[in-house]
Amino acid sequence: MKHIKTVNKPSMQSTLMTGGCGECQASCQSACKTSCTVGNQPCASRK
Amino acid sequence: MKEAMKSRIHLYEQCGHYVLVDVNSGAVHLIDRMIYDIMDIFDGTNDERVKQELAGKYEEAELDEALGELKELIDEKLLFAPDIEVPPTFKQKGVVKSLCLMVAQDCNMRCKYCFGDGGSYGQERAVMSPEVGKAAVDFLLKNAGLRKHFEIDFFGGEPLMNMKTVKAVTNYVHQKEKELNVHFKLTMTTNGLLLNEENRTWLNDNNLSLVLSTDGRKDVHDRMRPDAGGQGTYDRVMKNFKAMVDSRNGENYYMRGTYTKHNLDFTKDVLDMNDKGFDILSVEPVVAKDAPDYALTDAELPRIYEEYDRLTEAYMKRRREGRGFFFFHFNMDLSNGPCIAKRLAGCGSGHEYYAVSENGDLYPCHQFVGRGKYKLGDVFNGVNHPEVSQYFRESHVLNKPKCRDCWARFFCSGGCHANADLFNGDIREPWDTGCSIQRKRLESAILVQALMHEEGLSNDNEQA
Ligand code: SF4
Repeated sequence: MKHIKTVNKPSMQSTLMTGGCGECQASCQSACKTSCTVGNQPCASRK
Repeated sequence: MKEAMKSRIHLYEQCGHYVLVDVNSGAVHLIDRMIYDIMDIFDGTNDERVKQELAGKYEEAELDEALGELKELIDEKLLFAPDIEVPPTFKQKGVVKSLCLMVAQDCNMRCKYCFGDGGSYGQERAVMSPEVGKAAVDFLLKNAGLRKHFEIDFFGGEPLMNMKTVKAVTNYVHQKEKELNVHFKLTMTTNGLLLNEENRTWLNDNNLSLVLSTDGRKDVHDRMRPDAGGQGTYDRVMKNFKAMVDSRNGENYYMRGTYTKHNLDFTKDVLDMNDKGFDILSVEPVVAKDAPDYALTDAELPRIYEEYDRLTEAYMKRRREGRGFFFFHFNMDLSNGPCIAKRLAGCGSGHEYYAVSENGDLYPCHQFVGRGKYKLGDVFNGVNHPEVSQYFRESHVLNKPKCRDCWARFFCSGGCHANADLFNGDIREPWDTGCSIQRKRLESAILVQALMHEEGLSNDNEQA
């Protein structure tokens, strides 16, 4: 494409039915524990 | 543009780049100015209107070409992807997976912004006994369902003030790992004053991940992080942090700081940490109410936005020069991030994550400790307010009115409950100033990742 560069192959929609195993790390949203936003997290089962 | 379509995308300009985020798919597109202008109007179907409104600005053939590209994205479900509702994978009830142990509700520092009142959390200064610590591990395992991976964070106050319990809990955890074939990740958040050689060796031998607290430049740090006698602590803790990090090959730690109204030029603090030899870094906004001299308010936002632009540029510059560092909030995997269930649940406080106070009481998280109405039970008897726990579970991002239409909903996951409660008395009503900062930080992270991808730069740190 000339005007658009898509930078990723997102997998979010495909996890609607498969995710939820919960093995991933907890992610604090506050400012005191290297709070992460969830978006920063890797998935623990899809490595 | 139709409102419904508007909430499915986010469009922004930063540091000379134009970015289009498709909220429900998570797709990120780097775009040119024309697409940027088009997307301000385009809703997937109104080509004619786009052409009319932009007729004076762009050639019709160009507009057709651009619209054609956008249609391709729609076909590939990378633009205006359908809204996401709570999926079946988001189970009704959470299972416990992590705990924060307030092993010492006491501290040898008196950081001015401490939400725990110098570690005491408004209660008596006290330390957790090994018995309470072990009971906490039992509580976790009993409520963990089929889960295999757990986390425990030794927190405080200052956890190094109670190594007796830290050691007892760690040994107990190792015993349980063998017995039950489970895995614990242990973390400690420390101010560094007591990181002597004996503690360093023990922390390395037991593979504890460390979060090292400093605020960056010496004057910034010393102003906010004095010891109990009022003296600056910078020189002492940095010496200890350096020895600590060197003793573990520069791995398995985070250095983290807090910025306040006093250091809105916090890029300098991040770079100062990096210049001092640390390269896994995080700096975050202070959360404080009624503290006019250092708290962040909407008045500071323009300055904060500007600073994230500066940080983005500084970060990219060092990456391009082959001396990049990690900055926690910029480190985002755009392609293989967490599943939807996780994005809904956020931090899990109050249903997957609990804080255990010194005497064994359970709270939704460390920041709630001492807020009486959020005491949920104790580690010996378990949760005795399941309705509150369930309320936390159901307070996911799609159940928060402000979040439902926010473009950041699947990155942010609804913000911090403790902050929402602090500012608005309702865990479902996020703290607005925090949201504004959050969105800017996310824009920066997304741009950083897009540029790294474009330029073929790796997310690994170059310097060992
Ligand atoms: S907490 Fe704020 S920034 Fe996060 S999704 Fe909700 S409204 Fe958006």
